[in-house]
Amino acid sequence: MPSWPANPKYISHETRRIDAPAKVTGSARYASDANPGGWLYGMILRSKWPAAKINSISFEKARQIPGIKAVVLAPAIEERQKNSSDLTLRYYGEEIAGVAGSTKQACLDALKAIEIDVTELPFVVLEDDAKADDAPKVWADQPNTSPAKPKESGDVDKAFSDCAAVIEGFYTTSVQIHHPMETHGNTVSWTPDGITCWASTQGITSVHDGLASALKVDQSKVRVITEYMGGGFGAKFGPGPHGIIAAKLSREANAPVRLMLTRFDQALAAGNRPSTFQKIKMGAKEDGTLHAFQLENYGTSGIGGTSGGGGGAGSDVPAPYIYKVPNTRVNHTAITTNAGPATAFRAPRNPPASFAMESAMDDLAVKMNIDPVEFRLKNDPSEIRQREYKIGAEKFGWKAKYKKPGSSPGVVKTGIGCAGSTWGGGGNRRTRGEAQVNPDGTIEVRLGVQDLGTGTRTVIAVIAAEVLGLTPEQITVRIGDTNLPFGPGSGGSTTCASISPTVLDTCTKALQQLQTQTGVPDARGENWFKACKKLGVTPLVVQGQWQEGLSSSGAGGVQFAEVDVDTETGLVTVKKIVAVHDCGLMIDTLTLESQINGGIIMGMGYALYEERVMDDLSGVVLNPNFETYKLSTISDVPDIEVVLLNMPERGVIGIGEPATIPTAAAIANAIANALGVRVSSIPITPAKVLTALGKVPAPAKA
Amino acid sequence: MKDTDPEVFGAHSRRTFLKSLGTAAVTAAAAQSQSVAAELQKLNSEKVIGPNAVPVTLTVNGDKLKLMLEPRVTLLDALRNYSSLTGAKEGCDRATCGACTVMIDDVPVYSCQKLAIEAQGHKITTVEGLAKHGKLTKVQQAFVEKDALMCGYCTPGFIMSLTALFNRNAHPTADEIKHACAGNICRCGTQPHIMQAALQVAGNPIKSKTELINNA
Repeated sequence: MPSWPANPKYISHETRRIDAPAKVTGSARYASDANPGGWLYGMILRSKWPAAKINSISFEKARQIPGIKAVVLAPAIEERQKNSSDLTLRYYGEEIAGVAGSTKQACLDALKAIEIDVTELPFVVLEDDAKADDAPKVWADQPNTSPAKPKESGDVDKAFSDCAAVIEGFYTTSVQIHHPMETHGNTVSWTPDGITCWASTQGITSVHDGLASALKVDQSKVRVITEYMGGGFGAKFGPGPHGIIAAKLSREANAPVRLMLTRFDQALAAGNRPSTFQKIKMGAKEDGTLHAFQLENYGTSGIGGTSGGGGGAGSDVPAPYIYKVPNTRVNHTAITTNAGPATAFRAPRNPPASFAMESAMDDLAVKMNIDPVEFRLKNDPSEIRQREYKIGAEKFGWKAKYKKPGSSPGVVKTGIGCAGSTWGGGGNRRTRGEAQVNPDGTIEVRLGVQDLGTGTRTVIAVIAAEVLGLTPEQITVRIGDTNLPFGPGSGGSTTCASISPTVLDTCTKALQQLQTQTGVPDARGENWFKACKKLGVTPLVVQGQWQEGLSSSGAGGVQFAEVDVDTETGLVTVKKIVAVHDCGLMIDTLTLESQINGGIIMGMGYALYEERVMDDLSGVVLNPNFETYKLSTISDVPDIEVVLLNMPERGVIGIGEPATIPTAAAIANAIANALGVRVSSIPITPAKVLTALGKVPAPAKA
Repeated sequence: MKDTDPEVFGAHSRRTFLKSLGTAAVTAAAAQSQSVAAELQKLNSEKVIGPNAVPVTLTVNGDKLKLMLEPRVTLLDALRNYSSLTGAKEGCDRATCGACTVMIDDVPVYSCQKLAIEAQGHKITTVEGLAKHGKLTKVQQAFVEKDALMCGYCTPGFIMSLTALFNRNAHPTADEIKHACAGNICRCGTQPHIMQAALQVAGNPIKSKTELINNA
């Protein structure tokens, strides 16, 4: 049973990303860069109706466009046609058909040439409209709202009457879109020998299995390759309808097909974080301990609807989130709308839970005249987070900076706020690895995982180098191929905790076997090449697997935010974030810092800028591009200070998700502290700030 | 382009139309502009070509690329899909993300918003053209050292924007760096490290404020 080395040279230190040179020179090949010989462009025809029944569809004219080699129906439409069920389209952007051609321009022409006759149907895209009794039904056979399933513990009504203070608030969060810089897509080659798919994915195995089952091809005949991919954030698992369409186009055209979604497609149909509308009532006893909590929440996962969206994509949030309250009543209602389905999004359910609960915490603290940090120290059951609050408050200068809400003088008001997070994570026990030690002293470490930009390759190289007494640059890392030993998908912040024990085990075994076979008692470091040479002409190939006791789950973190709010323009500027996080044993503190920065910046976007806007009259997404869907840019990014609480005794724990959870809540609390009134709806736009200040009227309901 | 016979692309170019009006009209038109040559060049550039593929010559990273392209093909499409220069990335195809940034005559431009035929006769530099003989440029090296990238998809665009900045200003301020990157979007959140990398190249390095505290 291997254990983590006691005085590591690379582990828990800064190591440069081993694939950074490939990325800065443009030589890194992404799924969208794959160019197998004779490849064709693929594109998707999407519904331009929020709800419609297809009466007829003809590809005849599209097939006649010069350069067009294949036209196929989208899998869901084909399925409905086969089963003679009604051909209903349920959202603007739903896949109808795919085309493949020798140029992008030919495909654009072909999309226009597909003849389609529909009967438009009534639709509903806004949550409140969909709840109404007379709302059009998104699915004919089920209501738009899921049945009530209230969960209650204790005696909530009595508990509220025992409280010294009670607050009520209505906290709402927007539908957020993932928008990875590389859109979803694949390059697929389907020949009689099988399918090769260059995928932009977080899970090569999920694409492999998904293609095999959807296309009824033997799993042994499918290979998925993801050398590099341009971000996923939860949305890139499985082949998706676009991957299946690309494969079918490839078979029909008898050529590889590259089908990447457009940025518009990405906003319509590639997943999103569901909205939430959380009505919270919460009370505490005289001594400041939380005593009663009630949540009535609804939100939409689009057509993913009443089942909650699946895959962690529901609007039902954990409540009362990280706190323990003896008396709670919680009810969630999932609302189906004619909009693109939700999918997992970085820490599914947690950022909206954190935003609402931590807002309520501050509102109650203010009402009880308790410092917000003190209020958390009193109520947060996690010892680690308690320590993090103390460390963070000290570093942030909380005591010196904290003023009563709204007491900041002048037109531009300053405020501060904080919030906490939790995340599970943990490793996948079935993760496998392989090391090939060559007689010339080179070594390849092989795992069937993928690097999303989190630093997976670098983590593998760091651990291998540590065990073998080499440098990370000396390790050749082979990942991103289903021909390699099984690795799990990269979701739930589990990758690091899956691969780290696996690489430790694999490389430890490789070293032991090398020593046994060559008779070199310690083959590490300077003895390495001498030992490898003794292998003669046969490389040493050793398998390893995930081992117990080297990783763990349950990471936490707290963040502090300082903001300026201009009370004349309503503009919020985030000045500073202090983030205190724990993730057990850290492998590479440089890429770890990148991950935490990234989580904070994405959380800042959620707090201030990001919102999918649906038009209730036309049923379309009004901001399906970066002109109108705003992401944080370099000028928006605040001063960030990261504090890492080192706990090597816990083993490796992932950090990708916990770092994005509390940011929006901390910023929202800082804004409330600056203004003295709460903007209880994110994104906190200038219009909402001015409305909260009573300077402009609230927009009338459409 | 100005050397090409307009007759090849159709008899009804504005040049031939103007010719038919006689020299007086041309002189009158030219009087409004800087010179007759400039006016003729402008008119030439408006001739109708396409819609079918036409020969296009691009000078990319010092190499001449001879391609047959429909006039509606963008420079980005020409680089990525008609030659094998995939360093410039397509993130939006409508001038909002900056992943496709290249330099045209040392000016950073969105290659998705430039037609390939318009880029003829200019010096085009892509991210592949920066490192000479495998030696990274200062900007590239700083990106590696500071981990100014994660998934790496936006990285070529940021590197081109910053390379163009440093070509015209060796010691930019933090605000000038932000301004130069204003047209580049990163979704992974690498901006703090990009600032660190750029400030290092500018000769004004800042340290990361990350602190590791042992759990006592």
